[in-house]
Amino acid sequence: MKPHELIGRWPVLRQVAEGDTLGRGKAVQSAKTEQLRPRTDEAQHVVQSICPYCAVGCGQLVYVRDGKVDQIEGDPDSPISRGRLCPKGAASKNLVTSPSREYKVKYRRPHGTEWEELELDEAMEMIADRVIETRTATWQKQGDSGAATERTMGIAMLGGATLDNEENYLIKKLAMGLGVVQVENQARI
Amino acid sequence: MGTSFGRGGATTFQQDLANSDAILIMGSNMAENHPVGFQWVMEARLKGATVMHVDPRFTRTSAMANLHVPIRAGSDIAFLGGIVNYILENERWLDEYVKHFTNAPVIIDERFQDTEDLDGFFSGFDPDKRIYDTSTWHYAGMPVQETAGERAKGGTKGEQSGHGAQAGHLAHGEPPEEDETLQHPRCVFQLLKKHYRRYTPEMVSQICGCTKEQFLEVAETLCENSGRERTSAIVYSVGWTQHTVGVQYIRTAAIIQLLLGNIGRPGGGIMALRGHASIQGSTDLATLYNVLPGYLPMPHAEKDTDLASYLDNHAGTTGWWGHFEAYFISQLKSFWGANSTEDNDFCFDYLPKIDGDHSTYQTAMDMIDRKVRGFFLFGENPAVGSANSRLQRFGLASLDWLVVRDFVEIESASFWKDAPELETGELKTEEIGTEVFFVPAASHVEKDGSFTNTQRLVQWHFQALEPEGDCRSDLWFVYHLGRKIREKLAGSNDPRDRPILDLTWQYATSGPLEEPSADQVLREINGIGPDGKALGTYADLKPDGSTACGCWIYCGIYGDEENKAARKKPGGEQTWVASNWAWAWPLNRRILYNRASADSKGRPWSERKKYVWWDGRKKKWVGEDVPDFQEDKPPTFVPTDDAKAEDAIAGDHPFILQADGRGWLFAAAGLMDGPLPTHYEPHESPFDNPLYSQRANPTRQLSPRAENPYNPAPSDAYPYVFSTYRLTEHHTAGGMSRTVPYLAELQPEFFCEVSPGLAKERGLEHGGWATIITSRTAIEARVLVTERMKPIVVDGRPVHQVGVPYHWGTRGLTKGDSGNDLFPGALDPIVHTQEVRAASCDIQPGRRPRGKALRELVESYPSTVEASA
Amino acid sequence: MKTADGVETYGGEAQPRLGFFTDTSVCIGCKACEVACKEWNLVPEDGLAWTGHSYDNTGELNANTWRHVAFVEQQAPDPIKRGKNDFRWLMESDVCKHCTHAGCLDVCPTGAIFRTEFGTVVIQDDVCNGCGYCITACPFGVITKRELGGDGGMHKCTLCYDRLQDGMEPACAKACPTDSIQFGPLDELVERARQRCGDLVEAGVSEARLYLADENDGIGGAGAFFLLLDEPEVYGLPPQPVVPTKNLRTIWGAAAVAAGALAVGVAAAFLGGDE
Repeated sequence: MKPHELIGRWPVLRQVAEGDTLGRGKAVQSAKTEQLRPRTDEAQHVVQSICPYCAVGCGQLVYVRDGKVDQIEGDPDSPISRGRLCPKGAASKNLVTSPSREYKVKYRRPHGTEWEELELDEAMEMIADRVIETRTATWQKQGDSGAATERTMGIAMLGGATLDNEENYLIKKLAMGLGVVQVENQARI
Repeated sequence: MGTSFGRGGATTFQQDLANSDAILIMGSNMAENHPVGFQWVMEARLKGATVMHVDPRFTRTSAMANLHVPIRAGSDIAFLGGIVNYILENERWLDEYVKHFTNAPVIIDERFQDTEDLDGFFSGFDPDKRIYDTSTWHYAGMPVQETAGERAKGGTKGEQSGHGAQAGHLAHGEPPEEDETLQHPRCVFQLLKKHYRRYTPEMVSQICGCTKEQFLEVAETLCENSGRERTSAIVYSVGWTQHTVGVQYIRTAAIIQLLLGNIGRPGGGIMALRGHASIQGSTDLATLYNVLPGYLPMPHAEKDTDLASYLDNHAGTTGWWGHFEAYFISQLKSFWGANSTEDNDFCFDYLPKIDGDHSTYQTAMDMIDRKVRGFFLFGENPAVGSANSRLQRFGLASLDWLVVRDFVEIESASFWKDAPELETGELKTEEIGTEVFFVPAASHVEKDGSFTNTQRLVQWHFQALEPEGDCRSDLWFVYHLGRKIREKLAGSNDPRDRPILDLTWQYATSGPLEEPSADQVLREINGIGPDGKALGTYADLKPDGSTACGCWIYCGIYGDEENKAARKKPGGEQTWVASNWAWAWPLNRRILYNRASADSKGRPWSERKKYVWWDGRKKKWVGEDVPDFQEDKPPTFVPTDDAKAEDAIAGDHPFILQADGRGWLFAAAGLMDGPLPTHYEPHESPFDNPLYSQRANPTRQLSPRAENPYNPAPSDAYPYVFSTYRLTEHHTAGGMSRTVPYLAELQPEFFCEVSPGLAKERGLEHGGWATIITSRTAIEARVLVTERMKPIVVDGRPVHQVGVPYHWGTRGLTKGDSGNDLFPGALDPIVHTQEVRAASCDIQPGRRPRGKALRELVESYPSTVEASA
Repeated sequence: MKTADGVETYGGEAQPRLGFFTDTSVCIGCKACEVACKEWNLVPEDGLAWTGHSYDNTGELNANTWRHVAFVEQQAPDPIKRGKNDFRWLMESDVCKHCTHAGCLDVCPTGAIFRTEFGTVVIQDDVCNGCGYCITACPFGVITKRELGGDGGMHKCTLCYDRLQDGMEPACAKACPTDSIQFGPLDELVERARQRCGDLVEAGVSEARLYLADENDGIGGAGAFFLLLDEPEVYGLPPQPVVPTKNLRTIWGAAAVAAGALAVGVAAAFLGGDE
C-alpha cells in the first residue's frame, strides 16, 4: 500500500473526512469489510438439487467453489418449499462434507479384527465373484411345493428409500436378471 | 389407500393443504418430521382453518394445533371408527358424493358376516392357518377378483405394498345389485352402519382414553368443515403404517373422507407423509420383493406358472387395470429387449418366482438359519433402524459376505467390532465369519437423478461435482457390478444364466469415472414406442411387444423426449398448482381422482372449491389440474354391458383404477384382515379389547423364536406402554445426522421422555439415567421428565407412556443405545411393516448392567415364544 | 423506528434500516435458523452437551450460537387451543437485537464494532482484539469470546452483512419453514407485526405483545424485535433492557475531539511502523 493510501485508511483521518467523528460507522470499516460480498458470488457454478432427507422434497441450490461444495441453501423457485429448509436440509453441506464421511473402500476379511485397504476395482471383482459363487451354490430350481422358482434364496438386498429412482430401477432389474427375489427397502421398516 | 381408491399414493399435494378448512393430523408429527411441508398447514391456520392433532404425545405439532387430543397408542381405529359412526348417526355424509362416487349402494354377498355377528371375526376365518377365506366378502351376484397386487390363495399372507397402485377388480361391468336408497340391509352403507354402531363417543373415550368432549369436538369440526362449500384433509405418517393393523388405520381415514366427500377435491384428501427422500419412488420402482415396478405383482411359483396363468390371475377387466397385459409385456421388453418375444412368452420364465414371505424380517431370520449368505445394503442401517435390531445384528454376523454402500461407517458395517452383543459375550469378533465390503457412496450432490417425494412428484437433482476417492453413485455400483458379472458369465450355457446374459444392460457412460447416464435410465423407465421414440402416456402401451416401458405409472415423464422431472419453472411464475415444476405420476396429475371435485353432473360443488369440471361447450374436463379422467368422457356416460377397461367406467365414477370406478367404503377384495377396519389391541397391549372377545388382529404375523421373544400380554412385569419416534434434529437411524456436527449438537444424547407421575412412581430423576426393559433387551437413556408426557386414563386406570426417540447407535458423534432394540418383530399382515409404535415395557432408574449381567437382567423378566392369538 | 446511531455517517449512502421480526406464535422450534446460520457464517459446532431443558441443547446466544431457539414448557392455558387446557409449549428463536443505541458499539475501543449502512451492528473479526468490553455492554448477553480454534475474537450475528450486499436475505430468515423469522425494511416489519399482534389479541391471545418494537425503550428499539406470547422473562429475555452507555454519549463525544487533536503525531507513528 502506498503511503498516501495508508494515510487515507488511517481511522482517525477517515473519521474526520467521512463525517464519522465517533468512529461508529463507515470510517471504521476495514478493507476486508469494505470488500465484503456473499461468498456465493465466487461460486464457479450453482445447480438445482433436491434435499436428500425426508420426502417433503425441498428444492436446494448447491454452490461449488474451487471444486468443493461451498454452500447449500433453499431453492426459492420450488413451489413446495419456497426456499425454506428444516435443520436437516440446512445442514446438507455439513452432511456432504462431514468429517465422518468415508472416501476409501474398507475390507474386513472373515474373522478379521481390523479393517484393511482394498482397491475399488478389486473390491468390485471380488463382490462379483461372491455373487456368482453364492448364486450357484444356492440356486433353487423348485420351491418346497415342487413348483418352478428359478431363483437364489442365498442373496438379499435391502435399501432404496434414500436412493434415486433410476438406482432403484436398476437394482430391481439386476436382481431379476440374477434371480434374486429378496429385494426390500425402508418402506417396510 | 390402494384398496379404497385404486392407487396407494397420497391423494393430494402438500401445497393444497393451505386450501383446507380443517386439518386432522393423526399418526404423524408433521411439524417435527416434515417442518417445511408444515408451512402449508400453518398457512391454512392463518387463513382460519382448524388444525387438530390426535396423538399420544404432546409434540411440536400439538403445540401448533388448535386442538390436541391425546389418545392411547394403538387405539386410532376406535377413534376414527367413532367418527364414522358420528357421521352416520348424525346424517352428516355428502349424499350425492356417497351415492355416485362410492360403493355405498352395492349389495354384498349374503354369506358375509360381520365382526358384530362373530365377536371380532369376519366370516371365513381359518383358525389353524390364521388367515381368512375372503370369498364371502364379495359383491353379491358377482365373483370379485383380487387386486392386481396379489391373490390370497395358498396360504401366503397378504402381499401388497403400502404405497402402491393396486386396485380392487371386479370381473366385469357394474355391480349387479345396488340399492340407490341405501336402505337394503346388505348394502355397503347399512353394513357400515352396523359395523360401527358400537363405536360411540362413550366407547371411544373408554378405549382411547380421551374425553367424550374432545372426541366430539374433532368429529364435529370435521363434519362442519366438509360438504359442498368446505373441505377437510387428513394427514398421516408412519405413526399409522407401523402397526399390526396399519393398513386398516388408513382405510378408516379413507372411509371418513369418502363419506364426507373430501377425496379428489382441493383442500381435501389424505396426505401420506413419507419419511425418506425417495421412499415413494423406491416402492414405485419396486425394491420390494412382492412387486415389480408399477405395482405389477411378482409371479408366484405355484399360481403363476406361465404367462397365460399369470395374466389370467392378475389382469383386470374393467378400469385402467384392464390394460394390465400391456403394462406387463412392455416391462418385460424393457428388461430383456429383443430377446423378449411372443414365442418365448416375452421371457416370462426369466422372472424368478416368489412363494412366501420374503420380506426383510424373514430375510434376517433366514440369515441366522444360514439360508441367506450374501447381503447388500444400500443406504440402510438395519443394525439400528429395524425393530428388534438385535436380531438383525445376529443375522449380519451369520452371513458369508456383506456389501455396505453408505457415506459413513454405519453400525451395520462395523457390527463385528462394536455390536452390543460383543459386550454381553454373545458374539466374538474372531468368531464372526462375515466378510465385509464397505464401498463408499456418492452423495445427492455428486450425481444426477430423481427422487419421488411424498406427493408422487418426481424431482430431478443435478450433479454439482464429481465424487471424491472411491465414492460412487449406486447407479455406478449396480451398473458396473452387473457388467462384471455378465462378463464373467459370458459364454455360459447354463440356462439359469440366460436371464442375466440376455438382460438389456447397455448404458452409456461418461467422464473419468465411467458414470452411467441416469437420464437414459429414466427414459427407459418412461418407455418407448415402436418408432423408438419416448412415449407420452401409458394409454399408448401395447400388449404385443411393440412397446417397452420400465414402469407404466411413470410413462410420460420423458414424453416428447424431455426429462420432465427436471422441469424447474419457478413456482412464482405459475398457478398455485405449479404443474410445470417437475412431474407427478400418473400423467402429471397433482390431485388424484379430481373428477370428484365436480358433482355427479360435472359441475363444481361450489365456486369456493372449484378445481376440475366438465365444460359442456368444449365437451371436455377442464380446470386447474390435469383431469384424472378421460378428458372427453361426459359425466352422463353409461358403459355398455360388455365394455372393457376404461370404457367400462361410468361418467360419474371418479376412481378410474377401481374395477367399478368407485371409492370403496367396503373393501370387497384386496385385504386379508377384513373388509372393514376393526379395533384390535396392539400385540403387546396391556388391555383387553372392550369391543370384542378377540383381543388382537387375528391375522397378525408373528415370528416367535429365541432371538425374537414377546412380552406376555397383558403382564404386570411390563406395566408401561412405550413408543419410538423421530426428532426434527435427527434422521431415522442417525447415519445422516449423528455424523453431522451441526445436527449432533442439537440433540446430543439419547434420552427418554416420562411424565412427572411416572418419574415419581419409579423413582426416575430428571437428567439422570433410566433403564428400559422388554423381553428383547434392556437399554439405557437419560431421563427427560416433562408435562408433555401425560398418562392416559383408560378404564379408570392411568397408563404411563415412555417416549423413546430411536436415532442412536454405537457410532457417530453422539452415541447411545438404540430404541428399536426394544421391539419385537410383530408385523402388519398386509404389508409386513414392523409394529414400532406401541409395545409394553418396564422402566427402572439408573444405568443398565454391562456385560453378561445385561442378559441376566433381561432373562429375569418373563417372555414367551408362543404365538398366542 | 428511528434511525440507528451511526447510520448518519453514511450520508447519502445510508440504506433503509433492515431487521428481523420474529413471530414466536408460529415458531415450530425446528432450529433450522440455528443450522442455516452456522452453515452460512461458518460458525463452529460447539459442544455435544445434553441439557435436559426441554428440547433446548443450545442454551444461549454466544460467539458460537447466533440464533438460539428457546423452549418453554408452561403450566398455563393456551389461548390458541380450543376448549379447556392447561399446558403450552412456547418456542422462540432469539438473536442479536441490533439495537438502535447499541452498548457494544459504544464501548468498542478498536473500531471493530460498527454500524452498517443498513442500521445493523457488525463485529469485524479482522479488527477485534478480543478485549471483551462489549460483553458487559450488551444488555442481552449476546456477545462472547470464541475460544474455539484459537480465534479469541468476539462474535455475534451480523444479520448476514455479506448477503445484504447482494440483496440476499439472511440465512436464518430464508430457511425458516413457517416464516416465524421475517426479514425486511424495519418500518414495514413493525407495521406488519402490529397488525399481527392486534389480530392475535382480538382472537383471544390476550398476552400477545411486541418486544423491542418501541423506539422509546431503553435501547431505542431494536433492529430485531419479537412477538411474544408471554412476559419476556418467561423466554429468558430482560423485561426492560437499557443500554448501559445511555449516559455516556456526551463523554464519548469529548473523547473523540481529544483523539482528533492527537492526530498528526499518531499519523507519523502509524506510517513509520509500517515501513
